[in-house]
Amino acid sequence: MSKARLMQGNEACTEGLIAAGVRFYAGYPITPSTEFAEIFAERMPKLGGKFIQMEDEIASIGAVCGASLAGVKAVTATSGPGFSLKQELIGYAAIAEIPIVIVNVQRLGPSTGQPTSPGQADVMQTRWGSHGDRGVIALSPGSVEESFEIGVKAANFAEKYRMPVVILLDEVIGHMRERVELPEQVEIVDRKGPTGPPETFKAFCPDDDDVPPMASFGSGYRYHVTGLIHGETGMPSSASDVTTKLISRLHTKVDKAKADITMYTELYTEDAEILVVSYGGSSRPAAHAVKEARKMGIKAGLLKLITIWPFPDEVLIKAAKNAKKIIVPEMNYGQLVTEIERYVDRDKIVSVNRIDGELFLPDEILNPIREAAGGAK
Amino acid sequence: MALNINVKLCKGCGICVEYCPTNVLALDEIGKVYIKNISECIYCGRCEIRCPDFAIMLTDDTEKTGRGDNK
Amino acid sequence: MASTEKYLRKTALPHIWCPGCGNGVVLSAIVRAIDKMGLDQNKTVVVSGIGCSSRASTYLDFNTIHTAHGRALTFATGIKLANPELNVIVITGDGDATAIGGNHFIHAARRNIDLTTVIFNNSIYGMTGGQSSPATPINSLSTTAPYGQFERPFDIPALAIASGATYVARGTAFHTEMLTNLIAKGIENKGFSVIDAITQCPIAYGRRNKLRTASAMLKWQQDNSVRIEDSKKMSPKDLEGKMIIGELYKSEAPEYTALYDDLIKRVQGGSK
Repeated sequence: MSKARLMQGNEACTEGLIAAGVRFYAGYPITPSTEFAEIFAERMPKLGGKFIQMEDEIASIGAVCGASLAGVKAVTATSGPGFSLKQELIGYAAIAEIPIVIVNVQRLGPSTGQPTSPGQADVMQTRWGSHGDRGVIALSPGSVEESFEIGVKAANFAEKYRMPVVILLDEVIGHMRERVELPEQVEIVDRKGPTGPPETFKAFCPDDDDVPPMASFGSGYRYHVTGLIHGETGMPSSASDVTTKLISRLHTKVDKAKADITMYTELYTEDAEILVVSYGGSSRPAAHAVKEARKMGIKAGLLKLITIWPFPDEVLIKAAKNAKKIIVPEMNYGQLVTEIERYVDRDKIVSVNRIDGELFLPDEILNPIREAAGGAK
Repeated sequence: MALNINVKLCKGCGICVEYCPTNVLALDEIGKVYIKNISECIYCGRCEIRCPDFAIMLTDDTEKTGRGDNK
Repeated sequence: MASTEKYLRKTALPHIWCPGCGNGVVLSAIVRAIDKMGLDQNKTVVVSGIGCSSRASTYLDFNTIHTAHGRALTFATGIKLANPELNVIVITGDGDATAIGGNHFIHAARRNIDLTTVIFNNSIYGMTGGQSSPATPINSLSTTAPYGQFERPFDIPALAIASGATYVARGTAFHTEMLTNLIAKGIENKGFSVIDAITQCPIAYGRRNKLRTASAMLKWQQDNSVRIEDSKKMSPKDLEGKMIIGELYKSEAPEYTALYDDLIKRVQGGSK
């Protein structure tokens, strides 16, 4: 039996992570993500988990990587400036295949920017922010209820695919209060462990899904972890074939799992001639605008992406098949729209942006819909 | 006791030669350590603990080292 | 000593260090200290940062992790807090620990978390070819101090003590047995332990500073060290320019993970 509660997105996301079995949090205070630290500080000892306030953002993600290697599901949360600081170790977690979750409650940037105002301008940083090539999983909830679900999913994906997973909240969703019913039970995925004895265990030898089984430090399976290019045993190597194999696998393990990872919702997309593609906080006024347009007889539809990376290209292509125009509202100068341009005719695309720290008003999306439909100016 | 040298690990720094109190060790023509004079060895272990390369090890005769290459 | 052989990944040897580099000597002191303390090989984790020193974890047969530059202590903190049963040994260098990782170093000490940190202090950035570090002595030459170092170096043990470490020692690659014992005592201490291990870099430091061979550098370590017991009988003038070696500081303070376990008990007990 579920319990109805009024809560913020940050709070619901925290509950989702805890429900998925997260028992370690390391963080550093930063607006607008601080609720994560405060709730974990209160909840972890009660559940026998651990909370630690580290000396900085980099230390926080380092501690989270360490805890995960010791076998405990671990998360850190931050916002723009802290997300920038964490980039190197996000890359580390990717190459060393450490399951961790990083929450970024996006605010307006660059730099200190507007700390209490929403933004969606870290979409491309999430994809490319740390140096080097790798596959990325990033999820962006559009409601408080979804924040809970995505908390669960992010922890599960990190474990299942042995990699860092980013939750891209934004200040709108993170601080918005909604009535939610949290499920009593959720589906929990744990990392797969070794199946053979320690003597034959290779910590970076993948199965068919390109994901290697993982042993916790202290479990009797001794192995080496490094940020250097490494072979299946974990020992460093500069051989070109080993390098190609590892870098490829960091991508293909995500590619192979794309169907599992891809999450989205659709509203009137079957016959949509005007398709709005949105995510996170922007998707809420977008949904309202699409409904208003339908009342006016405009065949508008909404594709709301929850999975941002890997980019759901097939879902987009399908939803856009009848579209004459594709409207992309984002609280940035135009980021995910550049990815959309890769898959659909760019002449059809209308980028709608707010870069002032304010959320869209529904009319700001409805007007371009009406214009696209050839209606009122 | 036995003095074991793994020449594959030796980088020829000469620290062992310098600190051997009885002149047992020397560097060969390619600059790697070899046992010149085992009869003088007093098995003090100074060479072993100063070797930066894990190339020298003292063992009881009964101990198996698995290192071989005992010149 | 064949009993220490099992702690080495023999297939990873020979190591990458230059001929005469003292890192191998400090590493073998760590191995002997682990052996002396009888640590469970399956319950011991070695964490290192980046640099010449930090390649050491590669050669050890434990759960080992070669992290990012300066961040070894952050990973180690996470590992130890997540599973306090594990013995966690941190291998770092003077630059790794006190420049890029300086913030983590003082905070790990402040928390008195049960980690044993061995700093391979060669006074230089060796991996990148000999740039100044926060431990480069005044007036010595480096590639980034071609006219002589004029920044003051850190006194690393003093930094550790001031920050709250509960066991602080300094040893050298020359005094190998003492170094082994100091590391063993660091492992024994239930709290944050720092062993400043002075080691030689003949290639990137020595050659530029009139210490052209490993033997010359070891001799320098011997000549410039004063045991702490002896130092007490010496005047400040006699101690000028000398390194004091041995167990420099020991104190008792609550250990971080033990405090957290108490917190769990308190909070869980209170909720019943």
